Amino acid sequence: MAITDPPKIITSRVGFDDSYTLERYLATGGYEGLRKALTMTPEAVAHEVDQASLLGRGGAGFPAGRKWSMLRKDPVTYLVVNGDESEPATFKDHLLVERDPHQLVEGVLIAAFALQVSQVFIYLRGEFALGLERVQSALNEAYAHGAVGTDIFGSGFSVDVVVHPGAGAYICGEETALLESLEGKRGFPRIKPPFFPAAIGLYGQPTVVNNVETMSNLPWIVQHGGAAFAALGEGRSTGTRLFALAGHVNHPGVFEVEMVKTTFHDLIHAPVLGGGIRHGRELKAFIPGGVSAPWFGPDQIDLPLGQDEVADAGSMLGSGSVVVMDDQTCAVRAAWRITKFFSRESCGQCTPCREGSGWLERIMERIETGSGRAEDLDLLLDACDNIAPGLTWPPQQTTICVLGPSIPSSIGSAIEMFRDEFLVHIKEGGCPFA
Amino acid sequence: MSAAEPTPVAAPRPAVRRSAGGSAGGHFTPEILTRARELIAVYPEPRSALIPLCHLAQEQDGWLRPEAMAEIAGLLDITPAEVLGTASFYDMLHTEPVGTHVISVCTNIACLLDGALELLEHAETSLGINAGGTTSDGTITLEEAECLADCDRAPCVQVNHRYVGAQTNESFDRLVADLRSGALSADIPAHGTLIRVRRSTGLQADRSRVAAERAAMEEARARRAAEAEAAGGGAG
Repeated sequence: MAITDPPKIITSRVGFDDSYTLERYLATGGYEGLRKALTMTPEAVAHEVDQASLLGRGGAGFPAGRKWSMLRKDPVTYLVVNGDESEPATFKDHLLVERDPHQLVEGVLIAAFALQVSQVFIYLRGEFALGLERVQSALNEAYAHGAVGTDIFGSGFSVDVVVHPGAGAYICGEETALLESLEGKRGFPRIKPPFFPAAIGLYGQPTVVNNVETMSNLPWIVQHGGAAFAALGEGRSTGTRLFALAGHVNHPGVFEVEMVKTTFHDLIHAPVLGGGIRHGRELKAFIPGGVSAPWFGPDQIDLPLGQDEVADAGSMLGSGSVVVMDDQTCAVRAAWRITKFFSRESCGQCTPCREGSGWLERIMERIETGSGRAEDLDLLLDACDNIAPGLTWPPQQTTICVLGPSIPSSIGSAIEMFRDEFLVHIKEGGCPFA
Repeated sequence: MSAAEPTPVAAPRPAVRRSAGGSAGGHFTPEILTRARELIAVYPEPRSALIPLCHLAQEQDGWLRPEAMAEIAGLLDITPAEVLGTASFYDMLHTEPVGTHVISVCTNIACLLDGALELLEHAETSLGINAGGTTSDGTITLEEAECLADCDRAPCVQVNHRYVGAQTNESFDRLVADLRSGALSADIPAHGTLIRVRRSTGLQADRSRVAAERAAMEEARARRAAEAEAAGGGAG
């Protein structure tokens, strides 16, 4: 399959050394989308986003336009931007906040205008020290330029944008946990219903929460029209999207490609993208959308990068991060590390997740380090089944948020695809790859 | 019990609160205190400033001292226990002393595939501490981190939450030497300093003005809608 050559919608500036400055931004069409939006009605701006059928880029993939229209009946009080990018192997928002912060700011202002919100918070994970500085600098420059604050560009529309640092907690990427954190509390997800942010969000008020990448698409969509965006991609997966490719490939990195028209094979092997598996090795398995997603084997490499296509195949496109494992990778070790991550990051509110993750981690560790028992495989699956009954995809929910039911994905995949490796670990009392 | 005068079930909270902090105040320097007040002012609810204030306290002290938590509690009108209870949830907020340089080595999946556990082991040996520990001279704290979102430069390492790129055993030792000699201090401030860019004053829209403009905006919106209707077509 040939790789398409779509316009660079959100990575057009990242090649410039000074891509984060206002000077560069203005020289490359910056803030033109906002100026245009301010001449339109808020409804017309929202309509363009709806036409683009832009799927949210945070992980759940909910259409941004629909999220906004759910709020039409109640006036929205707050817009919160989710930049707590912490899903392992996801590093696209990192690129956007450091390399093109003005694009994010412009997107945020367009969304604020469409939603008629005068208070915006951009929540960035605390580990983005440079990103936090870049976005704050961009806002300071935008303020001096008249794009943020009172009466922006003389339109009569006023909006304040606050950059808010997180402090290191994966769970705060979950939108209701993020709101708790933004209220100055522990990042405990809220139970839904009733705490859907659209109804009861920040400070109990109707709130829209959108991802950094979703926001960064808006300047282009307003300038070129939602239809031009929707003309790219296929089916529900429109436009281009950022994919973060990591692991055993020759060129790991963030790539903007057209959705559906590009396949996992293209992403991993094309010379202009991943450049193939390192050291001439073979592909063993890959994770298609963050560590919460079930793994795929080489036989699924021709799947297109589309939300529904990947879901139909039994996994998810999630946050758009693809992890490639070569044939020298120990599946047990990989699944153990992922389980350890969930165990560390479980917020502790719900028993299946809090207890289950630690239990699974200890079993995985003893298998990898040579103390596994014959009955451990069944024990793993049984514990997984208690967190996500039936081990279906998408998983059954036993907890307040989806972190818990995401834990069995990697263990389930590893056992299903590489059962023999587990047995060898247990029989030989150690890791055959060590 | 009379219906008109219900018995209070708890003492009024403010009385409990402020006193619980003991002699809160006086710990922050005047500059930090000014910036703390600026931060509180940007939020609709003061408590939202809790995490930013904890970062600010770490900028002053390198870690989150009990005195700082007490002062934050006083500024936000909550108890020191609420500050500690929140701060202890977050990996970046240290309620125990840490070194001037906190080195975070990610060992999550992408980094694991690129030898992160081996790098961490080397770091432990070469620094003579376990992950989570601090060197005896108080300069370096080593942490095993979860994904830091820099996976194309694996194994990923941050110092005081600033990326230093993929590291080998050799480059790691050079990095430590450079940190100790102060060669990197321009790019990597001491632990605790997170955001060196201050929000420009005046960025916040004046609330009464926003309300007035919002009313005008809604009026204009109604007018546009009426005009669109008169012209015989809706928007879009």
